[in-house]
Amino acid sequence: MPLLRLEGLRKTFRGRVALDGLSLRVEEGEVFGLLGPNGAGKSTAFQLLAGLLKADTGRVYLEGRQVGLDDAALRSRMGVVFQRGSLDEHLTARENLMLGARLYAVPHAQAKVRVEEMLGWMGFSDRADERVAGWSGGMRRRLELARALVHGPRILLLDEPTQGLDEASFRSFWKHLGQLRAAGGLTVLLTSHRADEAALCTRLAVLDKGKLVACDTPDALVSRVGGDIVTVEASAPEEVAAGLSEVLGVSAEVVEGRVVVEAGSGHALIPRLVEAFPAGRLASVSLRRPTLADVFLKLTGHALGADQPAEPPATRRRR
Amino acid sequence: MARGSMDVATVRVLAARDVTRFFRQPSRVIGALAQPILFWLVIGSGFQGSFRLPGAEGLGYMQYFFPGVVTMVLLFSAIFATITVIEDRKEGFLQCVLAGPGSRLSVVVGKALGASAIALLQASLFLLFAPLAGVTASSLSLPLLLSVMALTALALTAVGVSLAWWVQSSAGYHAVMSLLLIPMWVLSGAMFPVRGAGPVLQALMYVNPMRFAVEGMRRALYGDAVAASVGGAASALVEVGALGLFAVVFFALATVSVSRRP
Repeated sequence: MPLLRLEGLRKTFRGRVALDGLSLRVEEGEVFGLLGPNGAGKSTAFQLLAGLLKADTGRVYLEGRQVGLDDAALRSRMGVVFQRGSLDEHLTARENLMLGARLYAVPHAQAKVRVEEMLGWMGFSDRADERVAGWSGGMRRRLELARALVHGPRILLLDEPTQGLDEASFRSFWKHLGQLRAAGGLTVLLTSHRADEAALCTRLAVLDKGKLVACDTPDALVSRVGGDIVTVEASAPEEVAAGLSEVLGVSAEVVEGRVVVEAGSGHALIPRLVEAFPAGRLASVSLRRPTLADVFLKLTGHALGADQPAEPPATRRRR
Repeated sequence: MARGSMDVATVRVLAARDVTRFFRQPSRVIGALAQPILFWLVIGSGFQGSFRLPGAEGLGYMQYFFPGVVTMVLLFSAIFATITVIEDRKEGFLQCVLAGPGSRLSVVVGKALGASAIALLQASLFLLFAPLAGVTASSLSLPLLLSVMALTALALTAVGVSLAWWVQSSAGYHAVMSLLLIPMWVLSGAMFPVRGAGPVLQALMYVNPMRFAVEGMRRALYGDAVAASVGGAASALVEVGALGLFAVVFFALATVSVSRRP
């Protein structure tokens, strides 16, 4: 039985469909990623799961039992980290964690123990009595993670958890997630538009324009692309793409000003490709293994980094 | 765990947080006390010489105005305490409460109780000046005063939460305040009695729920005889009942607001 099952979750904003019947099964212990560009519907899915929005239609099952998204059983088993910070700036790190624990009715003595554990785990013990207003983005994000976990949830819900973090903070954040997973008992559900972050998930749901287009492990998704990715930079990419399919019979697409070719063997293609064009036409040719960004491109026809029409923010008034 | 205990936890956390934050901003504590004193002294002594209420000749304006200023303290501190709803939304903190296990009603109650505690604290400090306004131990009814103040604070903070939930910025909230809440206070009988006003104003004052706060406080501070000579509700029961209804209606409205908008 899946820990969490979504059935036909749908949400519209003034007639515009933001999420079009999302159905998913999340198994216990997974790190499940919702992958898609901005506007694909993953933020809407997150806000529904976080209890900030109400779904138009759809059902949610927790361990096989149907629950409302605002059901206390679901809410109390979930810890949530928001993309936009949600700490209380006027309170200290310790007070923020204590507040998080008490909000979920953790008894006072137990909450104190948990708070100290979390502070120690994140390496904040000696800064616990500082107000968080002056803290860096990476530290705050880790404190948000600690607050989301302080009541001992079974499901951790993260919205773009590493958005805006530098490389060191990104690694530190995922190191802590890895330790949690190793300890067992926690299922992680996160949204991301980063291919490198998606690769760290156990399973991925790929969203595009509010619809689920694929759901599989990162390896299985990457193997759908097959072979190598050859990228060509040229001053006239459209001509080069046309020439490639004409002369070499391979299909080429222009993505963000570069010619991208999916080839069974890149090594065999590149010499022929270089000889097919006169000197000076190609600025650079590169070869790499496919990534989840390529998978996304293949599944949807557009790049993961590109923005789709923005969803209205959660703070907008609904009618 | 049961929803009930989660709701209690949410109420406690939110109320305690607002009180903690209030004491971390000393300017709020001082401003809340200094402003009504200044208001009472300046306006009160300004009108003192020219104010004569037929049927209540013994009542000076400083005395007449005093319950109105107590109501103003409750109103202003309720407003400033519920502005934190807008700040909490802007700073993102509100998200973690709404994603939490407490119901929407518990969020409203937590916010309103925290704000009411702050409002009552400020009003109590101002009430230390009551002897200067001619309140005596024999004229004072403490149980009535406390019930009127508590119900007024709860009703006004519920009004504040309902409004603040829909307003995007604290500037917008100030506009609502000066267009709606301040006129409500002026027309509550705080500054001038219903009897002397024109027919239109009289009608407005008659249906204004805030008048029951002022009238109830006047009765509690100066006794039934003074309350009757100024005019207004017939008994303490009417005043307390009306304020209770006022509070219940706005709690319901606040809860509807909070469940309708994320």
